[in-house]
Amino acid sequence: MISYRLNSRFAAALALAAMLAMPAAAQTIAITGGKVYPVSGPPIENGTVIIVNGKISAVGANVPIPAGAQRIDATGKTVTPGFVDASTQLGVQEVAAVNDTRDMSARGKDNIAASFTVWEGLNPNSVLLAPARKEGITTFVIVPTGGLVSGQAALVDVVPGTTTDMIIRAPVAMVAEIGDPQSVGLGSRGELIVKLRELLEDTKFFQTHRDAFDRAQTRPFSASRLDLEAMIPVVEGKLPLLVSVDRASDIDAAMRLAREYNVKLMISSAAEGWMIADKLAAARIPVLTGAMNNIPAGFAALGQRQENAGLLRKAGVQVALIGNAGGGDEEAFNVRNLKQEAGNAVSYGMTWDDALRAVTLAPAELFGAADRVGSLRPGLEGNVVVWSGDPFEFTTRAEHVFVRGREYTEKTRQDLLIERYRNLPGTHNSPAPR
Amino acid sequence: MPNADPFPSTYVAFPSRTTVIRNVNVLTAAGPMIRNGAILLQNGKIAAVGATVEAPADALVIDGAGKYVTPGIIDDHSHLGVYAAPGGNALSDGNEATSPSTPQVWAEHSVWPQDPQFPRNLAGGVTTLQVLPGSANLIGGRSVVLKVVPGRTVQAMKFPGAKYGLKMACGENPKRVYGQRGGPQTRMGNVAGYRAAWIRAVEYRRKWDKWNADHKGDPPARDLGNETLAEALRGNILVHNHCYRADEMAQMIDISHEFGYKIRSFHHAVEAYKIGDLLAKEGIGASIWADWGSFKMEALDAVKANMALVDHDGARVIVHSDDPSGSQRLNQEAAKAMEAGAEIGLPVSEDQAIKWLTINPAWALGLDDKIGSLEAGKNADVVLWTGDPFSVYSKPEKVWIDGALLYDRTDPSEQWRTDFELGFVPFNRN
Repeated sequence: MISYRLNSRFAAALALAAMLAMPAAAQTIAITGGKVYPVSGPPIENGTVIIVNGKISAVGANVPIPAGAQRIDATGKTVTPGFVDASTQLGVQEVAAVNDTRDMSARGKDNIAASFTVWEGLNPNSVLLAPARKEGITTFVIVPTGGLVSGQAALVDVVPGTTTDMIIRAPVAMVAEIGDPQSVGLGSRGELIVKLRELLEDTKFFQTHRDAFDRAQTRPFSASRLDLEAMIPVVEGKLPLLVSVDRASDIDAAMRLAREYNVKLMISSAAEGWMIADKLAAARIPVLTGAMNNIPAGFAALGQRQENAGLLRKAGVQVALIGNAGGGDEEAFNVRNLKQEAGNAVSYGMTWDDALRAVTLAPAELFGAADRVGSLRPGLEGNVVVWSGDPFEFTTRAEHVFVRGREYTEKTRQDLLIERYRNLPGTHNSPAPR
Repeated sequence: MPNADPFPSTYVAFPSRTTVIRNVNVLTAAGPMIRNGAILLQNGKIAAVGATVEAPADALVIDGAGKYVTPGIIDDHSHLGVYAAPGGNALSDGNEATSPSTPQVWAEHSVWPQDPQFPRNLAGGVTTLQVLPGSANLIGGRSVVLKVVPGRTVQAMKFPGAKYGLKMACGENPKRVYGQRGGPQTRMGNVAGYRAAWIRAVEYRRKWDKWNADHKGDPPARDLGNETLAEALRGNILVHNHCYRADEMAQMIDISHEFGYKIRSFHHAVEAYKIGDLLAKEGIGASIWADWGSFKMEALDAVKANMALVDHDGARVIVHSDDPSGSQRLNQEAAKAMEAGAEIGLPVSEDQAIKWLTINPAWALGLDDKIGSLEAGKNADVVLWTGDPFSVYSKPEKVWIDGALLYDRTDPSEQWRTDFELGFVPFNRN
């Protein structure tokens, strides 16, 4: 009898463990009555979104609701894909002024760190993840910073667990910064291009002379073996090169180099992108930028203006918006302001539909993850947000946030602080630990 | 007494014409919103506000259907001009980081009137700015209050009659800057530094007050730094204290009691919500961000509901920027904070939130009798918004300072371009 009871308890514990591992994910959820923006197709009045086992199973106006589904009444509300922030250091930077919590940059060799995979430093327990998710960000692209070639970016979902659990796709881009020669110890803009050219040349040579390299029979290369290995998909045109750059002529220089080496180019920041919007559109080069910067903040950004994102889009450029694009050290905390960027983009000339696309499907497409996230289509991850109104408006709240089919309602660290100090003087042990 | 105003304002109001905006929603910051109301600007002043106003025969009449008017926005924490665009070392003039206590420096001596950030601020509806020294130092120097107007000199931008401010800074910045340069290296070192400075200032003031009373013998030797601190002790200079943490703000309050000066406002104050009761009791403002946080240890406990909580506790909330970009959209910052309040059951009305942007910062600068609300007799610093100013889709359409139209989004000829922008910046803002 004793052994039976133990076994029974053991079995119960196993069942409990299984439940904890995937609680709501196994559920069927039906979001009904809302105005649904699939983004991949036209909006649906009084639409329904069904999520089964973490994935979207149906989206439409007349969708049967599976028996036993958990129903979310979205009448009068807006339903969109989870928002995707196209470029952030969220998860690899906790407290900007505390070096021990900064993992977005590699020293590399001679300012080249192509082999740096920034997601190795991703902290799934970052307290900054929940505030972002609470405001509708379900997915983001972690982008390494610094140096000439900063490393590789990854696209991840805001889910608990491990880095492996979070990753949707990695790498999604090789990142380079070519705006500021001084910051990488070079003399001029042209020399930056020379360095990049040398790296591309060496990569191509390395690719076809690996044996010679292993026998130490090649000339010295400008980058380490692992960096050259990492650059191979870039010269093969398989992995985009995401170049952070502002001045129009620098963007143009990057475009010339990319054309010469058949590199798939993406531009981020792009303060003066609007000046050569037609050329970017013709070359089908997408741009990642914000919509709240208008200060000639340096000689490379004299043409910075809030209309940039709208003008680029109007010219036919694929645009993805970046949350808190003008922000400084608080950037990771304010990724949640992606919706504010989108609202300002609309205010300065982008259509509302394009702005929604720029925070959902556009970044998913650019980073090769449109089969997983960024729109509401059957088969995609159950990343869905129910908004109380226009998602870009300040009075609107993300009322339900689903990531991979699970609704997140956890209190953020900020919620706990507010609970404690809501009624002063506050109590040292409130809220009670769970 | 030494000359108290050696760099006097030469500001002269720009030409204005009598203007009526009618059929407009008026957020007055002095009472409930007047829907479909009207406002009359005459001779640089607000002549009338109400459901209707008499339009003089010569008045320009603007139909404000669907639009809003508010007082000009006031940012009490700006570094425009002292950290001018396009930036770089040549224009980095905000921190005299050569000694932890520099009360002798005046921000106005660093202001570049051709900073292209000024016109952008005006286009964001900001009509008055307090430009402060940075926060590297325990005592950073004097601030200056500017009207956001074109001027060949900083004197031409100075708000006539405005009191100076004194910038002080708590916490991480001074100890980071001086930790390896002779100190202070710790927070206790910071506090010792403030107290040492105030001890000298009290003594300096005593000598001068005595000499002013009896004129016996030679006047005491002048000391620029102590002159500023003595004026703060006399209440003629308002103390603006950069301070993030609740415990440090409480210590700064004790220091102010020890030496007999008043702190006008705590700036950044991300933990103000932990001591809203204390701030209310002391009558100290909280000049805060909507959502900045987490960028350093002392900013770790930032909550978006800070403004709503502090307001609820009865202390004065001021939406500040410390940022040339955020300063252009202080209305949006307030809107984010309003929503954070609503989320925790502390809704903030537009009538209240407009005060955070106007009359409260006007009070922080000691100018609430002149600006900050739409009331007859006050300076005609007015913004006409394309819609509800707390919507992400609204922008200032027209901005008047002292009744003069200085910005018009619909008319490029009414858009100020600084000297710097000529040739360098290849477009007109709209």
